[in-house]
Amino acid sequence: MRYLPLTPDDRTAMLAAIGAKSIDDLFVDVPEAARLDGPVDLPRVAGELEVDRALSAMAAKNATAGAVPFFCGAGAYKHHVPATVDHVIQRSEFLTSYTPYQPEIAQGTLQYLYEFQTQVANLTGMPVANASLYDGSTAMAEGVLMATRVTRRNKAVISGGVHPHYVKATETVVHAVGVETLALPAAVDAEAAVIDQIGPDTACVVVQTPNVFGTATDVTKIAEAAHAAGALLIVVVTEAVSMGLLKSPGEMGADIVAAEGQSIGNALNFGGPYVGLFATRDKLIRQMPGRLTGETVDADGERGFVLTLSTREQHIRRDKATSNICTNSGLCTLAFTIHMSLLGETGLRKLALLNHEKAVATRDALAAIPGVEILTDRFFNEFAVRLPRNAAEVVDALAGHHILAGVPYSRLAPDAGMDDVLLIAATETTLDADIQILAKSLSKVLGA
Amino acid sequence: MSTMNTVGRPTAPNEVQTKPATLTGGRGLLQNEALIFEGDGWGKTGVDLPEPKTDGSDLGDLVRKDPIGLPGLSEPETMRHYVRLSQKNHAIDLAIYPLGSCTMKHNPRLNEKMARLPGFSDIHPLQPISTVQGALELMDTLAHWLKTLTGMPAVALSPKAGAHGELCGLMAIRAAHEASGQHEKRRKVLVPTSAHGTNPATAAFVGYTVVEVAQTEDGRVDVADLASKLGDDVAAIMVTNPNTCGLFERDILEISRLTHEAGAYFYCDGANFNAIVGRVRPGDLGVDAMHINLHKTFSTPHGGGGPGAGPVVLSEALAPFAPAPWVVHDADGYRLIEREEDEAVQAFGRLCAFQGQMGMYVRALSYMMSHGADGLRQVAEDAVLNANYIKARLCDLMSAAFPDGPCMHEALFDDEWLKGTDITTLDFAKAMIDEGFHPMTMYFPLVVHGAMLIEPTETESKAELDRFIHAMRLLAQAAKAGDVDRFKGAPFHAPLKRLDETRAARSPVLRWSAPAGSNQAA
Repeated sequence: MRYLPLTPDDRTAMLAAIGAKSIDDLFVDVPEAARLDGPVDLPRVAGELEVDRALSAMAAKNATAGAVPFFCGAGAYKHHVPATVDHVIQRSEFLTSYTPYQPEIAQGTLQYLYEFQTQVANLTGMPVANASLYDGSTAMAEGVLMATRVTRRNKAVISGGVHPHYVKATETVVHAVGVETLALPAAVDAEAAVIDQIGPDTACVVVQTPNVFGTATDVTKIAEAAHAAGALLIVVVTEAVSMGLLKSPGEMGADIVAAEGQSIGNALNFGGPYVGLFATRDKLIRQMPGRLTGETVDADGERGFVLTLSTREQHIRRDKATSNICTNSGLCTLAFTIHMSLLGETGLRKLALLNHEKAVATRDALAAIPGVEILTDRFFNEFAVRLPRNAAEVVDALAGHHILAGVPYSRLAPDAGMDDVLLIAATETTLDADIQILAKSLSKVLGA
Repeated sequence: MSTMNTVGRPTAPNEVQTKPATLTGGRGLLQNEALIFEGDGWGKTGVDLPEPKTDGSDLGDLVRKDPIGLPGLSEPETMRHYVRLSQKNHAIDLAIYPLGSCTMKHNPRLNEKMARLPGFSDIHPLQPISTVQGALELMDTLAHWLKTLTGMPAVALSPKAGAHGELCGLMAIRAAHEASGQHEKRRKVLVPTSAHGTNPATAAFVGYTVVEVAQTEDGRVDVADLASKLGDDVAAIMVTNPNTCGLFERDILEISRLTHEAGAYFYCDGANFNAIVGRVRPGDLGVDAMHINLHKTFSTPHGGGGPGAGPVVLSEALAPFAPAPWVVHDADGYRLIEREEDEAVQAFGRLCAFQGQMGMYVRALSYMMSHGADGLRQVAEDAVLNANYIKARLCDLMSAAFPDGPCMHEALFDDEWLKGTDITTLDFAKAMIDEGFHPMTMYFPLVVHGAMLIEPTETESKAELDRFIHAMRLLAQAAKAGDVDRFKGAPFHAPLKRLDETRAARSPVLRWSAPAGSNQAA
């Protein structure tokens, strides 16, 4: 087997050094009843060529985003990732290293994490950010739990504009510890409705902007209402590029930002791995979940970086930890930070404008189709439309014509009574020709 | 006395007695590298994008006006920055990375290539199911391999790391107790003192009270203590097997029998599955739920701290409670069940927005298919052989924590042998850095004083093991000979000297900020 360096002679010599007669001697502690005599019922060793063929055959059965007019979003976005990003993250020293527990020989990882934390803090408009969580949805769940620790209150009010899968993933976890949630009904302009639900027991209000229907909202008034009641405002962002054009959550008064960073540096990957961005205010850092990298000096007084505030974490605090998270999204944070360094503020702002421009062009093309109603007024790169038919059926029909037309809202929330709503996203990768094909084909499918 | 060639160029090194400090602080190939925020990158970019035709004014007061504070680098500067940083990292591709409990093994590049096939990397999680049949086939195939290797009937793929898998397993256990009306009384989870920190943290995260179970002299769960704590108020036990002392729990069948008799479930922390893959099926040990760190046993790279993946295999009793989504295969092909309400099951909910770590699924399956059932069995055997070889070759100089009998895939030493030397486990570990090795896991498990937990994995050659053992022996001899200075100030030869972690925690500086008075952004 090509990954196993020991030769039969090595094994014999090593067993002799140990004083064992056979390899079985080393497994004596396994109860006899549980020992397998031979290999389990699975295929045997396979060469690179065979594995490549088998997996490539599976890959070939999927319609790839880059090969068709593509308008899917709803929490995962198709962006161009510069070639440099994927090259650098495959360098051995990044790809094949562990969590930086020995800082003297992990300064590479620690410095990029420190830079990442600074970039995320500035992007979200917040004072501090951690070294990542698994993804945006788990970041939201952690945000709610953190808010209950900070406020010592037990209830989260969740806007009807938050991605339904984020709501579900959060409720699954926080309900287990007895945190109550009030998830408001889905609506294209759902945000303001949270204000009336804030009460003395509210730990946090969760809003998403742009929301799942694409609506971009200034949440300043919601922040004020939450703060007046002693609650925290959690702002969820599923499209990180939007912060290059829209007011940052920090500017609008967020206390915690839980965002999905996939859009910067990371591929679609059928849903993972992604990278959860988590940022907050200075006074709350000791309640933050996840790894934090901090600045310090070495014995000679030279600047260096270490993982810090680990007394919040599971390996020190065990059952008193702020979270159970250990492994997070290391290499995805590297992809994020490289792409962000390439973009810089100039590139990010331009990229964000291009996204918005493509979405506006797509909206304009679809608005001209009889029967198609544009539901989202102010949006970044994604908007919702109401179709005269079931949206999932329309998407399936268009997929038959090799067009991935968007995400039917019913896919996320079958019971919301929005079977005719389609979420459509455009990015810098969207061609004008793609927009024309979508408009033409949609008209045809709708019989307009 | 250097030799000159015909144009007067020295062809041999000069004889220099002292080692002067460099003028710039640079050290040969090791470059000093400032933070991206400290350069001249304000306003710069390393991407060429078309000029936008609009300015976003249709968004009115929603537009971000203040500077964001993000410097940019040209492409060559970007490459230099990250390559320079990379050279300050240890990596498995450079040398043995013997972190116990972490399973740092070779990461085959075929897996990277497969994960980057556009058919896997460039597909959206919410595309129509008819357009992702190959992706669902891959998930289904991975599930089949995991179920077969563990002898378990079901698997939840979506957890995103080991700790997330623990969460998944405990949530399933909780849901099962809720379904049988026992949740209210079963509020305790029993965890051995040697457990990973994630175990008690997860149990507490899910709202359970953690009760510790004692350990025997020979490094295993104290079955009598366990039995005395099991009762109808216990929801589950969480046992790592092989355990964190690197030992197989000999009484594992008794442990699972007692647990089930008490009406509790057996959660197994599968972090150490590498020791037994292909030789022992956890299903045969009475396990009800076990997470599998794909980034350990199945070699998806650790990437400096993730991303990982932590699928959880489940027993018949717990299978109905697995979270959404999951894949089913029938006459119409593959389907993705995204809402538990869609099927006649009692799923406890959803753990993340989408299907979990697809990129890791591809890598793990590529790794498994490469090995095959026979190769994976060999993996466990070689991993255990390598660890026992290290233990055998070091136990005369260092004190093995549990000298009697074989260990599994990792060898555990304590600091008894350093007594009287004034050298700590930490000092010893830092001196290993100077010799070119990444230290073993230190001070874990907590049940052993000054623990040194060495996990070589099966992908180390005998020559590399001998090189490691040679260095360890020299260091151990130096420690015993009173060569204290070599250890106290170590490392001397790493990119940085020992770092002040106390200072970092006392007044945390978690981000770069513009120096006072500067006009830089942010």
